[in-house]
Amino acid sequence: MRLSLPVLARLFVLALLVVFLVRPDWFEPVLKPLTQNNAPAIYNQGSLLMLTLEHLRIVFIATLAATLVALALAILVTRPAGAEFLPLSRSLVNVGQTFPPVAVLALAVPAIGFGEKPTLIALFLYGLLPIFENALTGLTNLPSAVVEAARGVGMNERQRLLKVELPLALPVILAGIRLSVVISLATATIGSTVAAKTLGEVIIAGLISNNLAFVLQGGLIVGALAVLIYDGLSAVERMLARRMGQAGK
Amino acid sequence: MIEIENITKRYGEVEVVSDVSFVVQPRTITVIVGTSGSGKTTLLRMINRLVEPTSGVIKLDGRDNRAVPAYELRRHIGYAIQGHGLFPHRTVAQNIATVPVLLGWEKDRIDARVNELLSLFQLDPATFGPRYPHELSGGQQQRVGVARALAAEPNVLLMDEPFGALDPVIRAKAQEDLLAIQKRFGTTIILVTHDMEEAIHLGNRIAVMDEGRLIQYATPAEILAKPATPFVETLIGTGDRPFRLLSLNEIREAVEPGTAEGEALPASATQRDALAELLWSGREALPVEADGKPIGRVTVEGLIRRAARPA
Repeated sequence: MRLSLPVLARLFVLALLVVFLVRPDWFEPVLKPLTQNNAPAIYNQGSLLMLTLEHLRIVFIATLAATLVALALAILVTRPAGAEFLPLSRSLVNVGQTFPPVAVLALAVPAIGFGEKPTLIALFLYGLLPIFENALTGLTNLPSAVVEAARGVGMNERQRLLKVELPLALPVILAGIRLSVVISLATATIGSTVAAKTLGEVIIAGLISNNLAFVLQGGLIVGALAVLIYDGLSAVERMLARRMGQAGK
Repeated sequence: MIEIENITKRYGEVEVVSDVSFVVQPRTITVIVGTSGSGKTTLLRMINRLVEPTSGVIKLDGRDNRAVPAYELRRHIGYAIQGHGLFPHRTVAQNIATVPVLLGWEKDRIDARVNELLSLFQLDPATFGPRYPHELSGGQQQRVGVARALAAEPNVLLMDEPFGALDPVIRAKAQEDLLAIQKRFGTTIILVTHDMEEAIHLGNRIAVMDEGRLIQYATPAEILAKPATPFVETLIGTGDRPFRLLSLNEIREAVEPGTAEGEALPASATQRDALAELLWSGREALPVEADGKPIGRVTVEGLIRRAARPA
């Protein structure tokens, strides 16, 4: 890949993020002016690095589960045998998106207790819709000549799905996963209200103690992660699309 | 041999193909001609069971085409369509190898076959094999589409308007290639087109369809001489009829003894080409040669006699 300016900018953000997570104390002078009454400028109730890794782990697990379920549903309803389940799947997935994650947390805690489980459920439900809708779009808008050819050369249904339909729909499916990941990265912060170990802990601690430095560092880490992951996945999509001769955006 | 027996296809109340029967002889090219909506594509797609008939039987070499699962059947029947339908995420070589891979051929055999076909279609295997379809021109994509259809050495090749998207120059070249390949492999080809000119040029026999019915099934010469209905006559285009008749035969058959001035034509040129050359150069006769030796001449008068409606 060419080292163009946008690429350099992202590498710089990544480097800055890594340095901040490994040696947050180096940034103390920068954040100190944002604190009052000699409050600590760097989050001191846990390691920022550990919280970030925990945050990423929760998002990863929730998105993986959402991807598996949404993709399986999309494949099912695009087969002739499963077509009648399309309206039902759509409403199920839509409910997941309409229900605010906070409400899901509130409902889940009495049932399964505090910790990361309610957060995982909330993120999972919230992440289903973009992946499902994109997979549906990708699998139903395939070029008709190619689908026809896949039947014409004698591929059976499974071979058509695995060798032609899924690979061709992959860029669109990936776009859905990317949206879902970014939404989950931001939404995971509220998981800390029910004691999940996420970067929300830093932000909430800042809000409680009126410490702007905490709020800012929690928010910036989440923001930087979201931008980097979003751009990384976009680059993969573009690479796939270019290989297939579709104009990259 | 392909036997189409009383094939009917209905979608709800609409009958798209009505009781069509005809027999395609092995190692020939049969062209199905018709306007859009005539049921010609539906009929073609019933041969490899992309569409299942409502009633009737299609037999390939005496065997009902429903004797094996549809996808198995299709692996042994080549299928090329307009707009080529190449898999955009696979290289040219992978595209051509599709059916051999499905059939479980050994890798060496597949590679050899892919290289053979690419060379046959004048595409250098080392250059074009690793490319993706979108990196090729329209004509090259079309050739790869036909190469893919022929990859597993099928006895039967079905083609649905294969040259429809090509410009006239490349289309003429593709038609010549197809004739050469048919001669080489002896494949039985059934080709669908709406272009009567193409049908007359390529077909050993022509099946004319209109509104789901088979109107006429005959050799190009018969179709030109005795169109069964006014519709067939319209398809032929009466203005071009004598020239199309001339285009069916080589000048070899029209050679008269004697000599003539000017540039010679090869005996394999069509009679239409010879007449065009005569009219254009203002000559009464021109010499004909075979293998570089003069064998006689053709005259305007002689060709005009041959262009008249056969008795």
